[in-house]
Amino acid sequence: MEQLTEYFNLSAAFFLIITMMLMLGRLIAGPSLYDRLLAVNSFGTKIVIFLCLFCMIIDRPDGVDIAILYALMNFIATIAVLKFFRYRSLDLPLDGSFAEAKNAEGEL
Amino acid sequence: MIDLFLAAADSAVHGSTGGGVKFDTTIIMALLRLGLSMGFITTGVFFVFAGTLGVLRLPDFFSRIHAAGMTDTLGVELILLGLMLQAGFSLLSLKFLLVAFFLLLTSPTATHAMANAAYHGGLKPKLGRYKSPDIDTLRGYGEAK
Repeated sequence: MEQLTEYFNLSAAFFLIITMMLMLGRLIAGPSLYDRLLAVNSFGTKIVIFLCLFCMIIDRPDGVDIAILYALMNFIATIAVLKFFRYRSLDLPLDGSFAEAKNAEGEL
Repeated sequence: MIDLFLAAADSAVHGSTGGGVKFDTTIIMALLRLGLSMGFITTGVFFVFAGTLGVLRLPDFFSRIHAAGMTDTLGVELILLGLMLQAGFSLLSLKFLLVAFFLLLTSPTATHAMANAAYHGGLKPKLGRYKSPDIDTLRGYGEAK
């Protein structure tokens, strides 16, 4: 029973690796920048799932913490890259509250 | 696996002396958990694979983002549900639940942000019917004329 679940998880991880390799094709051949960003985001999601499966295979539950971190970092990285390509800078807030705060400081 | 079935049949035979067929519930529950987790993980891997094929094959960025965002969210949740069934009621299962929760929150948000940024960045979606290429040109017959 233990062996069966282990082999099953191994085969699932193998299929996930094939899927990740296919996603690299879109990363290389993407015509626009957003296609590449989509490929990177999807690749990161697959890495999270692969980490969870791998922790179940080798029976060490510590790696799931890394999977949680990777899921959060993946989202933040996607948003940061999108913001950089939209505004060409990272210190500009999206809702304009930074400029309003600066104006208030100037008035004071 | 076969041992489990044999044990279940054995317990059923030996338990039937008291009248009626009795099964060992722990073995039945273990088999049920195993089968459910395998079904969930298989379905999840299928959805992730379908999403990747969509990202590779669809003609437009907006249709690609639709394929990736939807199927990845569903497939990831299904795989994590199967892993939670395998891990049982423990801290590891709670961590899988955390990963599933974060991915459920962040994956559609990232997809929406990407679509929004691409639309405002000047990338327009392809509209109208998809016209498949002529079969004669694909075979090379069209060049002879």
